[in-house]
Amino acid sequence: MTFLNSLELLAFHNVAYSVYSALIIAVIAWFGYNLTRKEKAEPLVRIPFYGFIAFLVAAGVGHHIFTYNVVPWVAEDITRAKNTPSKIYKVTIEKHQFKLPSEKLVLNCGDKVLFDVESKDLVYGFGLFRKNHTMVTQMQVNPGSKNTLLWTFHDDGVFDLMSTEYSGPKGNAMFVPNVVEVSGCKEKVATNGGSK
Amino acid sequence: MSFMSDLVHGADNQFDHKSLNALQKVTLRAVVVAFLFYGLAAIEGMIMRMAAITPSIPPVNGSVDHYFAIMTVHPIVGIFGSTYQLVFGAFLFLIPFLTKKPLYSIKLANAVWILITVGTITSWLASFIYNYAPLYTLYWPLPADTTQFKAIGGVMFIVGVALIMVGTLGFIYDVYATVFSKVGVHKDKTTKELLISGFGIDGMMNLWYKLTGRQPYSKEPALSLPVVAIFRGTVDTFLDALVILTAGVLVLVYLLFDMSGVKLDVAAVDALLYKNLFWWGLDLVADGLVLIYVAGSWYLLATLITGQKLFMENVARAALMLELLVSWMVWSHHLLADQGQPEMMKLISGEMVTAFELLTQGLALFITLVTLWKARPLKMTMELKYLLGGLVGFGLAVPAGIIQADMAMNRVLHNTQWIIGAHVHIAIIVGLYMTLYSAVYVLWPLVTNNAKLWSTKLANAHFWLHLIGGIGMGAFMGMAGLDGMLRRHMYFNGEYNFYMILAGICGGMLLLAWVLFLFNVIMSVGLKGLIGIFLPSEHKEASYGIEPVKA
Repeated sequence: MTFLNSLELLAFHNVAYSVYSALIIAVIAWFGYNLTRKEKAEPLVRIPFYGFIAFLVAAGVGHHIFTYNVVPWVAEDITRAKNTPSKIYKVTIEKHQFKLPSEKLVLNCGDKVLFDVESKDLVYGFGLFRKNHTMVTQMQVNPGSKNTLLWTFHDDGVFDLMSTEYSGPKGNAMFVPNVVEVSGCKEKVATNGGSK
Repeated sequence: MSFMSDLVHGADNQFDHKSLNALQKVTLRAVVVAFLFYGLAAIEGMIMRMAAITPSIPPVNGSVDHYFAIMTVHPIVGIFGSTYQLVFGAFLFLIPFLTKKPLYSIKLANAVWILITVGTITSWLASFIYNYAPLYTLYWPLPADTTQFKAIGGVMFIVGVALIMVGTLGFIYDVYATVFSKVGVHKDKTTKELLISGFGIDGMMNLWYKLTGRQPYSKEPALSLPVVAIFRGTVDTFLDALVILTAGVLVLVYLLFDMSGVKLDVAAVDALLYKNLFWWGLDLVADGLVLIYVAGSWYLLATLITGQKLFMENVARAALMLELLVSWMVWSHHLLADQGQPEMMKLISGEMVTAFELLTQGLALFITLVTLWKARPLKMTMELKYLLGGLVGFGLAVPAGIIQADMAMNRVLHNTQWIIGAHVHIAIIVGLYMTLYSAVYVLWPLVTNNAKLWSTKLANAHFWLHLIGGIGMGAFMGMAGLDGMLRRHMYFNGEYNFYMILAGICGGMLLLAWVLFLFNVIMSVGLKGLIGIFLPSEHKEASYGIEPVKA
């Protein structure tokens, strides 16, 4: 199993967490009901204490191991300093304005792009969004720090740019439509408005 | 009794504020103010919920300045004005009650709730009057950005937060002075013995001695487990107060210089380093004292509800120590989207150590449930009901946070409604507050000298509205987050209206729940009783249960 984009990952996450939520609510409700009964309740499954602890450790650590192996951008992100990107875009943010290298960044499917973003004053965010408002990717942009994001685009589409960090009320208007255009992919989720 | 009689004198005229001693009164004062601030936070929350659906609706009227000013004070009122007050009030009663010693100082306890109340109001006014809105995160250099905010508003806000922190330090002093006082049952104990017990080292030693086939290190620990949890959580409360005060002083220096006409260079402070320090301190609230205090409260409530000893007490003591260490090393999960943050810190602190919270909180949940289970059959009292609600809340919220504390998920969930809805609001509103409501119902007969609760039906309505409203609001906000809705952004085109309308309905249920609870409490103690709580006590005792309480 591999998740090529955030839509697939979030759809999986949505189902998995919903199932877990229903389960934990049901367990506590079952517990509450049986706490008041005189008859001894028979548990559906008997989990030994150390089994429960092992499950918690496995869930906590295993979650990261799982995502590392199925979500491509994690390994790419950790090793971004050693990777050679197809394209590098330098972006500056100052006084709540994005200064982009060109009006539109045109990409081919599978391009590995390094966004090198610098803030001249406040803490901002750099986030790309699909036309249906779902998020493609993002990072924080701190003044005085190197803020680089390496991203491979697997879907055709036109993406909008927004600041994903609060930088005062003026930051609410930090929206640039149609900044990135990707073409040449088989997947068309972003151009179709996204699907989940 | 008639409705009017209950309204004025309390249910069946059973609440007599004159019978309360000084400790009971100072506890009730903090609790009353805490629930009033809760109501203010709920109203603010509903204003934002409505603006998230229709931005032009009054009082926001489409103004981003006003919207973010409300968002800035909302956690100050909710966390400090309400939660801190409620927890501090309860603990300043419980420490003397559980240790069978008088509270170190009633005057200091009064100063604590007054300082936090005045501080919260001051910060609230700063945002209300001047629209000061750097949000609680205070990301440098935003709080000192006088091109967006008036310096006077910032000074007022910081002074308010500083007052809250000074009140917090007062609470800490009162707790430790009481725990370490060598009177009553502790008159022959040494400071070393109390410290060993306070840090749970005796629990660890007992486990070790058991494993090596020896007699227990300590058969009767000097401090009971809930006191250990309060002691341990208070260490984080102290460190957090120091960090917030330090950040406050920094902001204040810049603002005061600005007001005097001198512009200091904001670039002199590294924004990422500041973020690290700030989150280290702030996370001691979210992942430190809250989880430790909550675990301790669950253990106390489980033993009080069942009347039995806690299951696996030594493990619970040792786990509280582990939680303290974990809470000092998890802050990087807030910086997984910060690309300047070293990858190893993201990996170790942000992911791996943070995952231990699943273990420590899962352990607390397990111990509490087994303690209850072993005492079956139990009556489904209000306190048991709320305790189970609290367990559900953390059962949902902790994994929601752990899921996001992952480098893959964080890339698409950071700063979205997922974190503030599915994690934060469910943890606080359902997990924490339902635990606190359970404590309120357990302590009610002790702090009110057995005043009658006016209506059980209203209490039940409050329970279900709060539970369903809390989970529902957090869940729908979380779903909007999965669809990309940011947590600190005002949307004007109804982009997420489907989820926002549902979250708004659930938010309305929460507000209604609070109104019903408040009404029930007022009808129980009466308006005269409510005012009487704030009048000086005729009985100066600073303890409960070790000398007769005059009826």
